[in-house]
Amino acid sequence: MVTDIRKIIESFKDRKGAIIPALQAVQEAQGYISPESLVTIEDVLGISRNEAYGVATFYSQFRFSKPGEHEVKVCLGTACHVKGGAAIMDIIEDDLGVKAGGTTPDGKFTLERVACMGCCAVAPVIVVDDEIHGKMAPGTAKEIVDRTVSKGVSE
Amino acid sequence: MTDFDVLKAEADKVWDDLQSTDGVVYLGTASCGIAAGIGEVKRETERWMAENGADLRLSEVGCIGTCCFEPLVSIQVHGNPPVAYGPVEGRTMGGLLDSIITHKRYPTEALLGSIGDAFGDVPSIWDHPVTATQKRIITENNGIIDPVELEHYISQGGFEGLKKALAMTPDEVIETVLESGLRGRGGAGFPSGRKWQMCRQNRTDKSYMVCNADEGDPGAFMDRSILEGDPYRLLEGLTTASYAIGADEAYIYARAEYPLAIKRLRIAIAKLEEVGFLGEDIMGSGFSLSIHIKEGAGAFVCGEETALLASIEGKRGMPRPRPPYPAQEGLWGKPTVINNVKSLASVPAIMRLGAEHFASIGSEGTKGTAVFALTGKVKYPGLVEVPMGTTIREIVEGIGGGVPDGGKLKAVQTGGPSGGCIPESMLDLPVDFESLQQAGAIMGSGGMVVMDEETCMVDVARYFISFTQYESCGKCPPCRIGTKKMKDILERICDGNGDPGDIEVLEEIGSTVRMGSLCQLGGTAPNPVLSTIKYFREEYEAHISDGRCPAAVCKPLVTYTIEPDECIGCTLCAKNCPVSCIAGAPKEAHVIDQHQCVKCGMCHSICPKDAVKKTSPGRKEVVE
Repeated sequence: MVTDIRKIIESFKDRKGAIIPALQAVQEAQGYISPESLVTIEDVLGISRNEAYGVATFYSQFRFSKPGEHEVKVCLGTACHVKGGAAIMDIIEDDLGVKAGGTTPDGKFTLERVACMGCCAVAPVIVVDDEIHGKMAPGTAKEIVDRTVSKGVSE
Repeated sequence: MTDFDVLKAEADKVWDDLQSTDGVVYLGTASCGIAAGIGEVKRETERWMAENGADLRLSEVGCIGTCCFEPLVSIQVHGNPPVAYGPVEGRTMGGLLDSIITHKRYPTEALLGSIGDAFGDVPSIWDHPVTATQKRIITENNGIIDPVELEHYISQGGFEGLKKALAMTPDEVIETVLESGLRGRGGAGFPSGRKWQMCRQNRTDKSYMVCNADEGDPGAFMDRSILEGDPYRLLEGLTTASYAIGADEAYIYARAEYPLAIKRLRIAIAKLEEVGFLGEDIMGSGFSLSIHIKEGAGAFVCGEETALLASIEGKRGMPRPRPPYPAQEGLWGKPTVINNVKSLASVPAIMRLGAEHFASIGSEGTKGTAVFALTGKVKYPGLVEVPMGTTIREIVEGIGGGVPDGGKLKAVQTGGPSGGCIPESMLDLPVDFESLQQAGAIMGSGGMVVMDEETCMVDVARYFISFTQYESCGKCPPCRIGTKKMKDILERICDGNGDPGDIEVLEEIGSTVRMGSLCQLGGTAPNPVLSTIKYFREEYEAHISDGRCPAAVCKPLVTYTIEPDECIGCTLCAKNCPVSCIAGAPKEAHVIDQHQCVKCGMCHSICPKDAVKKTSPGRKEVVE
C-alpha cells in the first residue's frame, strides 16, 4: 500500500500545479488523505506537509478520515432545498443514526451533504454509491437507503 | 481535398447512414436521464431485442433539455425521423417497442413528437409548447447527436467555424467576436472579444486560455448539459479562442461533481488529437494547442477567476485584487483569458454563421441567446435556451408551464447565491444583464428557480447565506464575519426568535459585506437577503412579530395535524412515523401527539388523502 501511494505521487513529479491532482489521486486510491501520504508528498514532490495540508483543507472534496464502505449523499442544492431536500436529510440522518459528514460506528456508511449534482429537474436527489436517484420523498429515500443497509449487512 | 473535407465527407456519410437506418433507439443519457432511470429503460430495450430477435441500434445522446420528460427515448423506424417519448419506464418500454416496431403504430401516450418535421399523426417536438419559443444555438445538438462521436458533430457543421477562423488572422477573429456583441456568460457580462483583445495585446512569450466549467451555483446545470451533450462544441470554441489570443496551452477547470462530463471531455480531446484538430499544427495551419483538464476539488469560490487560477497553480483558491487583470497577469504570471462554458460554446456558431447572424439575435445590449436551468416549482423543468430579451414570464409560464397543481407563483430566483428573488409582479422583465441587475437580481450563469406560495422567502435567504458563508474563503473580514452574522440572524428569525430591528441590521451588514469584499462572492452574497427584504418584507415581519411562517416551511414554526373528517384510518402514517407519535385504530381518524412530533413531514408526504395538514398558526394561537 505504502509503495503504491509513493508510486502514484511520483507520477506527478515535475508537473506544474501538481499538488491538487496528486491529492485527488491519493484520495481516489485510499479513500482519504492520510498523514503518511502527506509525508510522502513532502518527500517526493518537495511540498511541505504544512502547505499540502493547508491546500487540502481548503477544498471540501478532501477528507482526512477513512470513509464508510457505502456513501450516501443528500443533495441540498437550491432546487432540492425548495423541493424538500432538508426533510430527506433529516430522515436519513435518523435512519442511519449519524449526522451529515459522519460515518456510522460500524464503518459501513458515510453520510454527506452536497450542494448540487446538477440534476435539478428531478429534484430532490440522493446519491448512493455513485448511483443517482431522483424525485425523492422521505419515504422513498429511506427505502433506498434501507435497501443498501440490508445489502451491507448480508455482505 | 483538404483533410477537413475528407473528414466532413466521411462524417456526413456516417450521419446519413444513421438517419436512414431502420431501427435506432436514442437514449437520453445525461446525468439527469440517468437519475431519472434511463439505465432500466436501456436494459428493458436490450431484453426486448433479445426476445424479439430485433437488431436495433442503441445510441446514447445528451439531454435535449426537456428534463421534465426524463427518462426520454427517441425511436427511429420505417424511414421516419426519430420520435421522442417521455417519460418512459422500463416496464412500458417493451409495449412501446411492440407498437412502433412490430405494429408500425405510434402510441399517443407519452408522445412528445418527431425530432424533425411532423408526419402522419405525429407532431414535431419543435412545436411543443416547451420548445416552440426556444432558440437553440448553443444547445442545438443536445439530445440529437451522440456526444462522443466526432463524426456526428462534424456532420452538423462542427469545426467549420474553426476552419474559417484558422484561415483568418487572430486579430480578424477577435474583430468578428467583437462585432457579434458576445458578452461573457459567466455572470458579469464583460464583452468576450474585448477580453481576448486585452490578452493578445499583453502577450509576451506565453499566454493561456482557460475555460471556467466550475459550475458551482446550486440549481444550475447548463454547463453540465453542454459538456455532457456536446463536448466538441466547447472544445471548438476553446481552440478558436486560444488561436485568437495566441495561447498554445488551454485548461478546462471542471467541477469534480460532474464525472460524466469530464469523462466525455477526455474522450473528445483524445479523438481530436487523433485527427489533428488538436495538438501540433492543427488542420495544417501551423497553430498548435494542447488542452488540459483540471478537476476542481469542491470550492465554490474557485468560480471567481483569480481564485480559479490560484487553484490551477496548486494553491488555496483565494481571490486576489484586480488589477492586474488576468489578461495582464494570469496563470503563472502570464496573460490569460478565462471564459465561461457558454461563452466559448457560442463561438463556433459566431465563426460559422458570421457575427451579423449572432448579433441579429437578442436584445439591444445583450446579443445571442441565454441558457437557463429552469427548476423548482415549475411544471416543465429543464434546460431552456431563448433569445436575450425574452421575458421571465415567457420562460416560466410559456416554456415552463407555470407552477404545477394550481399553485401560485411567488418569485423567481436567478443567479444562485449571488442573485436575487424577483417577485411575481415583475415577471415581465426581459432577461438581459442590465434589466436583471436593476431589479436587484443578476443574470448569473443561468440558474432560474421558481418559487411558489409554499416557499418561504426568509428560509430561501437563510439557505443562500448559509451557502456563501460556508464557501467564503475567509480572506476579507466583511465577507467572512458578515455572512456569518447574517446567517445567525436569519437562523434566529426562522426559529421564531427574531427581534425587532433584525431586518435593519441585516440591511446594514449586507451593504458592508457588499462594499468590503474583494471578489464577487462577497460582493454579491447579500443579494438574496437584500432582495427578499425588498420584495417580501412582510414575510420577515410575520416571522419576527407573530412567530408565524406564512409558507409553513420553517420547522420550529410549523405544526402537523390530521383532519379527522378527511382521515380514512389507513394507518400508513402511524406505521411510517419515525418516532411513533401517531395514534389511531384502523379505519378511524388518527391523531398526532404534538409533544413528541419531530416535524419530519413523513406523514404529510405519505398520506394518500392529503388529510395531514401542515400549518403555521403563529404565536398567539398557540397560547390560546
